[in-house]
Amino acid sequence: MIRFLRRRPLVAPALAVVAFLLAMALFAPQLATDDPDRTDIGRKLAPPSLSEPLGADHLGRSIYSRLVYGSRASLGSVALIMAGILVLSFTVGGASGYLGGAVDGAVMRVCDVVLTFPTFILALFLIGILGTGLTNVVIAIVATHWAWYARMVRGMVLQLRHREHVLAARVAGASAPGLAVRHILPPIAGQMAVLATLDIGHMMLHVSGLSFLGLGVQPPTPEWGVMIGDARQFLRTAPQLILFPGLMIFLSVMAFNVLGDALRDHLDPHLAQEHGHGH
Amino acid sequence: MYRYILRRLAFLPVILFTVSLVVFLILRLAPGDPAQSYLRLSQIPPTAENLAMAREVLGLDKSVTAQYAAWLGRAARLDFGRSYVTGRPVIDEILHYLPATLELAGASLLITLGLSAPLGVAAALRRNSLVDHMTRGLAFAGVSIPNFWFGFLLAWLFSAELGWLPPLGRGGPERLVMPALSLALMSLAVNTRLIRASMLETMHHRFVLYARARGVPERMVVWRHMFVNALIPILTATGMHVGELLGGAVVVESVFSWPGVGRYAVSSIYNRDFPVLQCFMLVMTAIFVLCNLAVDIAYVVADPRMRLSNQAGRL
Amino acid sequence: MATDAALVIDNLSIETTHGQAGRRLVSDVGLRVGAGEVLGLIGESGSGKSMTCLAVMDLLPPGVRVCGGSVRMPGREAIRRGRDAAMVLQNPSGCFDPVMTIGGHFKETLRALGLPRDRNPDRAAVALGEAGFDDPESVLPLYPFQMSGGMLQRAMIALAMLGGPRLLLADEATTDLDMPTQAGVLGLIDRLRKTRGLGVLLVTHDLSVAARLADRVAVMRDGRILETGPVGRIFAAPRHDYTRTLLAAHFDLHDALCAPDFPDAGDAATA
Repeated sequence: MIRFLRRRPLVAPALAVVAFLLAMALFAPQLATDDPDRTDIGRKLAPPSLSEPLGADHLGRSIYSRLVYGSRASLGSVALIMAGILVLSFTVGGASGYLGGAVDGAVMRVCDVVLTFPTFILALFLIGILGTGLTNVVIAIVATHWAWYARMVRGMVLQLRHREHVLAARVAGASAPGLAVRHILPPIAGQMAVLATLDIGHMMLHVSGLSFLGLGVQPPTPEWGVMIGDARQFLRTAPQLILFPGLMIFLSVMAFNVLGDALRDHLDPHLAQEHGHGH
Repeated sequence: MYRYILRRLAFLPVILFTVSLVVFLILRLAPGDPAQSYLRLSQIPPTAENLAMAREVLGLDKSVTAQYAAWLGRAARLDFGRSYVTGRPVIDEILHYLPATLELAGASLLITLGLSAPLGVAAALRRNSLVDHMTRGLAFAGVSIPNFWFGFLLAWLFSAELGWLPPLGRGGPERLVMPALSLALMSLAVNTRLIRASMLETMHHRFVLYARARGVPERMVVWRHMFVNALIPILTATGMHVGELLGGAVVVESVFSWPGVGRYAVSSIYNRDFPVLQCFMLVMTAIFVLCNLAVDIAYVVADPRMRLSNQAGRL
Repeated sequence: MATDAALVIDNLSIETTHGQAGRRLVSDVGLRVGAGEVLGLIGESGSGKSMTCLAVMDLLPPGVRVCGGSVRMPGREAIRRGRDAAMVLQNPSGCFDPVMTIGGHFKETLRALGLPRDRNPDRAAVALGEAGFDDPESVLPLYPFQMSGGMLQRAMIALAMLGGPRLLLADEATTDLDMPTQAGVLGLIDRLRKTRGLGVLLVTHDLSVAARLADRVAVMRDGRILETGPVGRIFAAPRHDYTRTLLAAHFDLHDALCAPDFPDAGDAATA
């Protein structure tokens, strides 16, 4: 483990960043200096001070507190998205691979159709139809990304199922589905965890991008993408309003990418090298 | 090879048909009453009488299949309805804004392909050198930076601070630079990594050694033998970039007020202008499908093993 | 006589800087290939034969370098690849660029040697003809995957002859070929060295190949030359135990195949 860390010097700081983000999200009330929604026009665009480490935004709100609370929206939405994708892909892809036959054929056709569309555009379209808001952003991103994951799960199940049948045939009898689940699920879960971690960064970029466009989190809820969108007109006068939230996104995405890369190199270097998403 | 191309082309209408069906079905998921939205956006009072008229205009009184058939028929004539907001034919609006997006995406694609090749090759040839580490570092950062934030950083530096470039709008090349760079960043980073990885694999093939043994100059060995063979396995990844560029354009256009189809689509979302949104979806997907098809065909054409595999094989 | 030699290697040592730094792959190797002479370099895999060849061509892989001795071609300051010395390698299908036609390989090699194709349009066809192709023109537009191993090996030899080299390095050139093709390729090399006065360093682990073609033989093991001498003498009266072992193993197989009561009888008697 120590050797692993020493060979990849970025992993430790990345873990620290992720831990810090989690802390921010979980303990936001304790870590923030102020109510993120409290406006105070008198403090408009105030410079950094002791009480306000990063100053105030154009409505006098504490930038630092909004960053801290913003982690909830950013991390929370990505967590929900990942959970949704994994549940959907495991059930659909797993069933497809395990049952085979007509079910498999039908499911694969559906996946093919979903994958015909450019993912971000499709998510945009879904949001346009369903309406704006963080919930719909989560739904849209899950709906556009699950098919790729389902395919991966199905592929792994097919491989393992073949091995499993051979094994079970030897160990006479007792090839109950339960046994299969116990033997097939763990290795797949491991590989899927790697793929998911590799993708967290992408999801964060999608969520913040959609929020920046005003299609995701709605003001006044703090979220890093929304904060940038709000501050566009202050590019010349108060660039820090754009700088800090963007920096948070950048550092978070980079941290998750470092972890994802390290996990992949550790477990299986050939796994999904630059996996083919139409991001 | 020709059989493959013909087969893919024959399948194309099927794909486009399926796409249109999916789009139509998703449209029906929209909450709310389209007749109400139509009236509201056209600023007609929603009386019962007007609602009935709106329903008839929008064809909502017929069955789903009939609606789809009618819709498909109109789509085949490139009639995608009229914008709820402007009342003008949607296809005209989309085609009006599309060239700007294509210009932006095209410039970004050129930047991606043009820069990723020398960077990826240099990084692979001088493995673990400063050039390699810097390239990998930049590529890694490029994959992690939000393109809209990067756009604002560029605009702040080159426009607000240095005053070298105009901050927004479309015009000459000086207005294209920053948006194209912002959009290209992700694809450039990904492609550089891909080229580097593929070069590292190709470098050790024996035909490289043999080319040197024949006295072929090193420059030719690197570009004609290593690079060309390294490109082939990652050719299909270029299709991936198109998808990313189309999606990213929507965001970057907003940052720089670039008058493209993406910005138009975003405003149509705000306005719940469904005809515009649906036409946008269809057009962008069609472009995406065609680009992927072109790349797949290029792949088969480029590799002689695929190109000639159906002909008389070994002598 | 020394000025006639195609290749002179004196006390060559090659080391690797990977892992255990300074590990010797080749130690104090001395070889001499005369004009028109075939020197067979015999040894097991890992004995350093290929490294020696690569050193002659200045093609040692990264992390491997010459740390002592010299490689010279008398009369030349440096050995020019393709022009002074040419190589033919084993498993030829891996040596050709899969997306370049055979003709393309010829065009490229001709240009590298300073012999542009338009001024010498027939050189490729002539070389292929000399290498045993009945219809050279039909071969030029082919891609490597469309040709058999034997054909590719002959094409390699044709490419090697383009520059009119004094030395041919054949590194296990016939190893992957079936017997009849092997015989054909060896015959071709023999013919070429007679007509052109070509010096040949024939690297092989197959004693019968050496016996067929070599004038002199050097036995290599663990990076060192154990003994060198005329082929007849080495095979009939080996001075080194290792050579004896190699010969015994070879004749074991040979006798077993040739014994009249094969395969029914018991063990075939060995000398």
